[in-house]
Amino acid sequence: MRSPRPLPDGNNARHADKGDLHGITVVVDTTGAELYIGRFFEQRGDGIVLLDVARHRDGANGVSKQQYVDTAARYGQWKELAQVLVPLPEVRSVTRLADARA
Amino acid sequence: MPYDPVLVQPMRDELTAVGIEELETADAVDRFLADKSGSAMLVINSVCGCAAGSARPGIKMALRHEVTPDRVATVFAGQDLDATARARSHFAHIPPSSPSIALFRDGDLVFMYPRHQIEGRPPQTIAADLMEAFNEHLAG
Repeated sequence: MRSPRPLPDGNNARHADKGDLHGITVVVDTTGAELYIGRFFEQRGDGIVLLDVARHRDGANGVSKQQYVDTAARYGQWKELAQVLVPLPEVRSVTRLADARA
Repeated sequence: MPYDPVLVQPMRDELTAVGIEELETADAVDRFLADKSGSAMLVINSVCGCAAGSARPGIKMALRHEVTPDRVATVFAGQDLDATARARSHFAHIPPSSPSIALFRDGDLVFMYPRHQIEGRPPQTIAADLMEAFNEHLAG
């Protein structure tokens, strides 16, 4: 995970050129232990940019990735990071949080 | 920083026009939620596209259902900051999001509809989800 260059103010605005998931809260699972939940901003050549992001490490506090997602799917996620760039080689899946419950 | 109030007014009017009470201060929120009798719905309104395209029209449809909350009010996130913070303090264990919708019965939070359930979904789906919640939590 890297921090991308900060976006300009007003990044709540929808951008028609950013794809169908732009503005949608998604779960980005990785090939490693990390999992991210945040608002999809865009997919770039080097990764997926998420905004208002929660991050979970599988097994942290005794909570699996799926348990973490199930809770977030019911109530939403607590923002920990303003922006995250998840490198594409690390992305296992991208799922709408609303559709992500087990 | 709040948006220009002139631009936001139509977004407020869309809900108040159907009888939803607007709560612009923390005191107003407290008064609304102090009444523990019956059922109440609190809408966290916002300027985002999913509020305009999904949440507000969906709420209006749902309020035409045969089972509806006794009282319905709204606060505007990003605009009425104190009112929104006070509203969220009544369900502080839930991550803040807007738009979102909270449903209370006898003073207890019985249903929460967060932003991610609203994003990108048609108003008919929002209305159906809310009507199902009304049936489950308010009927009988």
